[in-house]
Amino acid sequence: MNTSTVYISHWCSIEAGEIKRNGEILFSKESEEIELNDLLKAYYREKNISYPKFFKMDTLSKLAFIGSEVLLENIELEKPNLDVGLVLSNSNSSLESDKNHCESISDKDNFYPSPAVFVYTLANICLAEISIRHTLQGENAFFISEKFDAETMWNYTQYMFETNRVNRVICGWVDYLDGGYKLVFYLVEKQGNKQHTIEELQNIFN
Amino acid sequence: MEDLKKELKVKIIEVLNLEDIELSEIGDQDALFGDGLGLDSIDALELIVLMDKDYGIKLSDPKEGREIFQSIETMAAYIAAHRTK
Amino acid sequence: MKKVYINKANCFSPLGFGINDTWNAISKGDSGIRKIEKLGEIEDFCAGIFKENIIEETFAHLNLDSNTYTRLEKLALITLNPIVEKGLISSRTALVIATTKGNIQELEKGNLNGASISLLASKITTHFGFKNQPIIICNACVSGLMAVATAKRLIQMNQFEDAFVLALDEITPFVVSGFSSFQAMSKEVCKPFDKSRTGINLGEAAAAVYVSKEIKNKDSFEILGEASIADANHISGPSRTGEGLYLSIQSALREAEISSQNIDVVSAHGTATLYNDEMEAIAFDRSGLAEKPVHSLKAYFGHTLGAAGLLELIVLMESLKNNKTIISKGFEELGVSIPLNITTSIIEQDLKIGLKTASGFGGSNTALLIKKVLENEY
Repeated sequence: MNTSTVYISHWCSIEAGEIKRNGEILFSKESEEIELNDLLKAYYREKNISYPKFFKMDTLSKLAFIGSEVLLENIELEKPNLDVGLVLSNSNSSLESDKNHCESISDKDNFYPSPAVFVYTLANICLAEISIRHTLQGENAFFISEKFDAETMWNYTQYMFETNRVNRVICGWVDYLDGGYKLVFYLVEKQGNKQHTIEELQNIFN
Repeated sequence: MEDLKKELKVKIIEVLNLEDIELSEIGDQDALFGDGLGLDSIDALELIVLMDKDYGIKLSDPKEGREIFQSIETMAAYIAAHRTK
Repeated sequence: MKKVYINKANCFSPLGFGINDTWNAISKGDSGIRKIEKLGEIEDFCAGIFKENIIEETFAHLNLDSNTYTRLEKLALITLNPIVEKGLISSRTALVIATTKGNIQELEKGNLNGASISLLASKITTHFGFKNQPIIICNACVSGLMAVATAKRLIQMNQFEDAFVLALDEITPFVVSGFSSFQAMSKEVCKPFDKSRTGINLGEAAAAVYVSKEIKNKDSFEILGEASIADANHISGPSRTGEGLYLSIQSALREAEISSQNIDVVSAHGTATLYNDEMEAIAFDRSGLAEKPVHSLKAYFGHTLGAAGLLELIVLMESLKNNKTIISKGFEELGVSIPLNITTSIIEQDLKIGLKTASGFGGSNTALLIKKVLENEY
């Protein structure tokens, strides 16, 4: 098969109290013990992001949202954009919001399921939040795998380039449960320094 | 009535996560939806839950909700007339 | 890119087990939807829930230990079993699973680990002896259809030679209470596209297909084109202009290298909520499909969430195979702003190409085109 050569132009991570872009620390909180919500909010404030919907999101979506802000910093995207794909994955789906919804329905004397909680009980909502923020009307998919599945992510992304469905793809991993979290996002496009290969994806992820 | 209006503003800010909005920024007659506070359809559903949970008022017709949730004033008036708790 | 075909299929819903029972029930106008007095704390609604014990009874034929598997896992094994032949699973065979909530019942019992979707997938993988890690799609109500598209793409990329695709979801107090908080659930059998629609019925089901690069039998279908494009509009409400669905249909047509005029029949998502039905009507009209026969299957088995796209694709395949359109159950009077050609009687005509669409929370949409394989191609 004639495999298109595409590149990883930028990447970022949010892990253990540190927000990194292209390998450099952009933002960190001295204590590694900082709760994810506080870390994300501190970044939001520091960067003067004005997007009130941020505060309505569950933690998984807040994580994905800030991840996309970091990844796309200084990158101008047209609005609407029909050529940017979005492929995300994680291991714990939306289990954190699932737990919250479960709690709201567990006591029959205090039974008030919240629509604002329930809507986040789907893993792909965090992907939708990014597409809404940037009006990305391109291909999108959310995968679940126990560990980051570099091979499937690579093939799915390559497919979209080879069939001319995209000119950029935002890819990655966004996982949050019980206070534990990890985000790794990367941007694949037709120019860049690192070639888009399975090995490179594994390097970035680890 | 003034107390109820203030109580409602506090609750709305909390329940709808309007983190950057101050109590004083919400006028009694300001539109809650559309250009006003910029609330959306999920917020409207969340207000229906609030009416039930805190005031014992059950709303099931979304059209009815639209009338009641016009402003803090219309909400407070409806609650005062229909509350069961 | 290489062509990819759907060769075998099976489904299990409250309407029946297997394709023949399902098709016969639909042809007779039966519905698997029934009145539910209470589930969790939600009372008095209609849903497509399996009658008690039917899953257990069917599972008993597999001679497996009943205590090892959850209700949903039993549904998975029962449904996939008839199409998985020994010797068909190679080191290049994929298992693609689609679900929105998996074993969420376990979370309600306080078992967080048991609710893991990857654990569910790994149990199914182990049972059948698949040699690769499962691929799992969790993309709201388009999951089932997107899973077929994903299997096709990964086969075309040569990551796999062939794939079994399984889509499944069950009705739980978790989803019922959530949809109820959205004020979206109907107390009657739903009426997609109808003026007097009353909201959705939830449903539960499993559906499975075998997909490969080769045509394996005369009843195979070619996947002509597919696309999954988001609205980027709102996390729960669909786009007012049907943007994502329209773009998905256009992209699928482009891949198929056909025009909308080549489509013989459309199987819509048709959930019977005002916003969904209206959005679809606009997207179909913009795609030049307003005059094509359109049906929704939701009044037959409810909205089966992550299973819906695949279950309804399988029924569409039967429609093409039998050269008969499907009555859009529950529809009487047009309740959308665009006059669509909603099917109200079975029409016997030559049907070759079908379009299946699905839309869901997160503004997600998938469109997939299939074509009946001609005898001389096999």
